[in-house]
Amino acid sequence: MDLINNLSLGFGVAFTFQNLAYAFIGCLLGTLIGVLPGIGPVATIAMLLPATYALPPIAALIMLAGIYYGAQYGGSTTAILVNLPGESSSVVTVIDGYQMARKGRAGPALAAAGIGSFFAGCVGTLILAAFAAPLTEVAFKFGPAEYFSLMILGLIGAVVLASGSLLKAVGMIVLGLLMGLVGTDVNSGVARYSFDIPELTDGIGFITIAMGVFGYGEIIANLGKPEDKREVFTGKVKGLFPTGEDFRNMIPAILRGTALGSMLGILPGGGALLSAFAAYTIEKKTKLRPGEVPFGQGNIRGVAAPESANNAGSQTSFIPLLTLGIPPNAVMALMVGAMTIHNIQPGPQVMTSNPELFWGLIASMWIGNAMLIILNLPLIGMWIKLLTVPYRWLFPAIILFCAIGVYSTNNNTFDIWMVGAFGIIGYTFIKLGMEPAPLLLGFILGPMMEENLRRALLLSRGDWTVFVTRGLSASLLAAAAVLLIIVLLPSVKSKREEAFVEE
Amino acid sequence: MKIKSQKDFYSGLLYTLVGAAFAYGATSYNIGTGARMGPGYFPLLLGSILAVIGAIILFKSLVVETPTGDEVGGWAWKPLFFIIAGNLLFGILLGGLPSIKFPAMGLIVAIYGTTLIVSMGGETFKLKEVLILGTILSVMSYLAFILLLKLQFPVWPTFISG
Repeated sequence: MDLINNLSLGFGVAFTFQNLAYAFIGCLLGTLIGVLPGIGPVATIAMLLPATYALPPIAALIMLAGIYYGAQYGGSTTAILVNLPGESSSVVTVIDGYQMARKGRAGPALAAAGIGSFFAGCVGTLILAAFAAPLTEVAFKFGPAEYFSLMILGLIGAVVLASGSLLKAVGMIVLGLLMGLVGTDVNSGVARYSFDIPELTDGIGFITIAMGVFGYGEIIANLGKPEDKREVFTGKVKGLFPTGEDFRNMIPAILRGTALGSMLGILPGGGALLSAFAAYTIEKKTKLRPGEVPFGQGNIRGVAAPESANNAGSQTSFIPLLTLGIPPNAVMALMVGAMTIHNIQPGPQVMTSNPELFWGLIASMWIGNAMLIILNLPLIGMWIKLLTVPYRWLFPAIILFCAIGVYSTNNNTFDIWMVGAFGIIGYTFIKLGMEPAPLLLGFILGPMMEENLRRALLLSRGDWTVFVTRGLSASLLAAAAVLLIIVLLPSVKSKREEAFVEE
Repeated sequence: MKIKSQKDFYSGLLYTLVGAAFAYGATSYNIGTGARMGPGYFPLLLGSILAVIGAIILFKSLVVETPTGDEVGGWAWKPLFFIIAGNLLFGILLGGLPSIKFPAMGLIVAIYGTTLIVSMGGETFKLKEVLILGTILSVMSYLAFILLLKLQFPVWPTFISG
């Protein structure tokens, strides 16, 4: 049994007292920072990334897994308690979660999110362990043309998930791709768009963009709104655990959400938002049991299903990351950055060259998941207290931590000027209704896309038809086209908008 | 001519200008051919695509009717100014400005300065509260970043620590 052998190797590596401690610390820090309103998993991971630099690779990855789950769960907590989705995937959780919180049922809502996430995480880990190897075989069949087409599919996927105008989202992706090209060209050594600034020849830092656009931009926009519109909900939370009735409603929803999330997470570019959105839609279509609260008014299934789907999806989205080296979303892109810092180049070779690392990482993700539920179920009451901190104290602290985090990545004040500039740009994006998430994805994929396009066309001697004459590449492009057509169809489009508009 | 969607109008304009700028910049590098791409090839391609996308958005914003006009609305100048200023101040105080011989003041001074300026961006500003907040943040940052994570920061002003 390969699966069992591999998993036991992984757990053997990961299950040391020291590593468990790192997982715990990561989870704690991730939750503590992720629970702050306005800071999603991307910003949390970006901020805590420097904390893992000094650790050995395994410990660092384990701590990152902890941070990742902590941040994700912390984001859901904010979504439920204060109606503030920390990231795009918790947009759906807000709908019923906040209604539950308003009725004093924040405890069951938070518990449902936690239990659902844990179950989905366990299933996701098993799927990851079982299918990572076969998928790696597929990865070896990938030439530059296939990679290029796959990235097109991933980027189109990102467009589908944006909630606003399609064309604007495409524009954001292209803008991101262009920004990714700033810096020294690897083939010719020419410094592109660096304006003779030495720091820019290394390219723009991902963290400066993420912090500036998401952190600073959001805070400025938040402060621009009148105080009553962003008021934090601090009502009493009664009862922590779901009742028996809640469990009866929750369990099928969790199962459905997990199945859906596991499947969609494997698609590059699909990831968490699509699965959460799809899971919520399915729950809404199933019949209500007698006496059940309607959706949109605090139905526990509306929290449990998308949260499970989200977590299962983010777990299986490690498959494209680890086997193909392609980050399916912004959070994963950050994880790639973290791995390269530790000299690990994600891709098919990780599994054969570093089996301890690979299986250790998979085991550590489960540990991170388990840590999360151990840590959070008893502490739900405390997270709620943290949210009673007034915003006027919170935002200077957030800005300060962003500045410290950015400076610490390179010990260079230039990064601080850059994050300020991106803060202004980020606020402009918000004012003009341009969504920053596709930009980040494009930014990460920019250099990779150029590299693979170059190689593919070099091999084909400048013949562009290579992308459609190679079977795998052609089917990837066809999938991208189908995806695009689906979104462009008016019926789907109106449904997509409806689900994002309705409260 | 009346703008039907302000948000789309300005974002389209932004895309067009930025795309054109990138494409124009790319022409100063070697473009090359498909088989032998120079450093300018991909940026020229992407810049042109972005400019076209921007133009389409621009066109739609002038033609397609929207119910609300998608107004951009007022800009929050006050928080924008104080947050960016606080951020810049953090960099200056932490690292100093060698070009005007401003000495590095270190982390603690930078934290107080930044907290003070950034807090002015909010609706209410109470000096006593802000100073307490600055103290809490200084102690927390010192414990977390200097003692626990051992990050290499100048902590105190250079004329004290030498």
